[in-house]
Amino acid sequence: MSADIAKLENIAKQVRRDIVRMVHSCQSGHPGGSLGCADFFVALYFNQLHHDPKFNLNGIGEDIFFLSNGHISPVFYSTLARAGYFEISELATFRKINSRLQGHPTTHEHLPGVRVASGSLGQGLSVAIGAAQAKKLNGDDKLVYVLMGDGELQEGQVWEAAMYAPHNKVDHLIATIDLNGQQIDGSTEQVLSLGNLRAKWEAFGWKVLEANGNHMSQLIQTLNEAKEHTGKGKPIMILMRTEMGNGVDFMMGSHKWHGVAPNDEQLAAALNQLEETLGDY
Amino acid sequence: MKKYTYTEKKDTRSGFGAGLHEVGKKNSQVVALCADLIGSLKMGDFKKDFPDRFFQVGIAEANMMGMAAGLTIGGKIPYTGTFANFSTGRVYDQIRQSIAYSGKNVKICASHAGLTLGEDGATHQILEDIGLMKMLPGMTVINPCDYNQTKAATIAIADYEGPVYLRFGRPSVPIFTDPDQKFEIGKAWMVNEGSDVSIIATGHLVWEAIQAGEKLAEQGIDAEIINIHTIKPLDEEAILKSVTKTGCVVTAEEHNRIGGLGDSVAQVLAKDGPAPQEYVAVNDSFGESGTPADLMKKYGLDAESIISAVKKVIKRK
Repeated sequence: MSADIAKLENIAKQVRRDIVRMVHSCQSGHPGGSLGCADFFVALYFNQLHHDPKFNLNGIGEDIFFLSNGHISPVFYSTLARAGYFEISELATFRKINSRLQGHPTTHEHLPGVRVASGSLGQGLSVAIGAAQAKKLNGDDKLVYVLMGDGELQEGQVWEAAMYAPHNKVDHLIATIDLNGQQIDGSTEQVLSLGNLRAKWEAFGWKVLEANGNHMSQLIQTLNEAKEHTGKGKPIMILMRTEMGNGVDFMMGSHKWHGVAPNDEQLAAALNQLEETLGDY
Repeated sequence: MKKYTYTEKKDTRSGFGAGLHEVGKKNSQVVALCADLIGSLKMGDFKKDFPDRFFQVGIAEANMMGMAAGLTIGGKIPYTGTFANFSTGRVYDQIRQSIAYSGKNVKICASHAGLTLGEDGATHQILEDIGLMKMLPGMTVINPCDYNQTKAATIAIADYEGPVYLRFGRPSVPIFTDPDQKFEIGKAWMVNEGSDVSIIATGHLVWEAIQAGEKLAEQGIDAEIINIHTIKPLDEEAILKSVTKTGCVVTAEEHNRIGGLGDSVAQVLAKDGPAPQEYVAVNDSFGESGTPADLMKKYGLDAESIISAVKKVIKRK
């Protein structure tokens, strides 16, 4: 394992600690999906994106990222803070009154790093496509990234956007789906089966890649590969398998930790499994 | 009564199309999106002259609203174009989250609003759109009255930073406002000064109010007529000043009486200057197929309806 990968994994450990502590502190929020996507966020913000934590909303000359499944805000906020967008101490305000760290991310309180509100599902891919088109008009060759949940694919708007991007050759767009197989009422298989997603996205005209979202070096490899496919006439979709609750054994793989906060004992047990690598906020 | 004449009738949607083309020439940041209604929205000239800045999204309004929000990130000024029903009710949550709550500089341009869409019937005749849009925090709501005013509004909103709902229609109506008018968002236009009653009208009902005013003058009733082209933010000062003087008000709009201009005016008056008010509006119902003129008559949105309302409200003073 290279030094770089070890460094990224260390950051991801701290992000996981931040997530469970934030959710515990306000006794609400979504730890499961946040933990599962910790490696992805760290890979993006600490390895992939050309970005400036001084933050300009228009992001001209930068790669920009949109979070469509806004309920995994804890991982987004922790990553942004750890990347220097705002003080890590602000993570303590998550979901509390007068905070910029709203339950779901928003531009309304001007939190650096957030470019659109999300939470009501299915909207982020459209926003990302619009931002990608603005980049083209501006002669800006940087990329647009968006993350969606798998349950979110049940929203019809996703498929409107899915149709638009290939038709219009939006090829500087890298979308990722967090395939953890879980949603609030159970597994996606039980609630509303997503079917063969590779075949679906390919049929819509996307270049489809698959990733292991909880294996840092493999994930980086897939993200690098995705970049190589940009500019070739097709939007790119990464089907990223993750484990809900990854990093905390009793939260792993179950929809029960989608939107439930740990109690004091559960927090202690979770933190026991997550090394403090960068210092808690 | 001040005399208003016209030499030409045109649809307000054509005012939008002309305004969009002009603002496209003036401001290279302006982009346009359309959901398979280029002809209906009169967006053809913009598309022809600025093909790179025009986005055909297909019959996919939710995606259009999201894309418009995204286009603002990078500094574009997107104008979305589809029918009023598909610009509001169909995509309310997309507008609410991705545009209004996100504070995006999107201009939601909505044609075929109200009953005067005509023969297509109630599925397309939205009468709730003003209410839906004005309830969104930070949303500006504009409903101009003729071709010239619609054109001027279309151009003016590019210079305003923030989400705007611009509502216009399909039928040909008299052009009676100045072609070179300066459009000021939120500023009422005094159509006629009078002393017996205030008629506060928006959109297609402004011309009807003028027709009513002329007939009322013949009967010795001196009506003050105000055009409220911006329903939000509302020119409260102009409304209060007028109603304080006349002592009663008739509001007139091509919209459900619940949630439209009338309710906005009533809210102002209830708080700062209670006065009798009558509504000329659709009485909490859906529309139906018919010619615009037949529909306006049947649903009580013509000059005759305004005259009846004026007589009723004056008695209540």
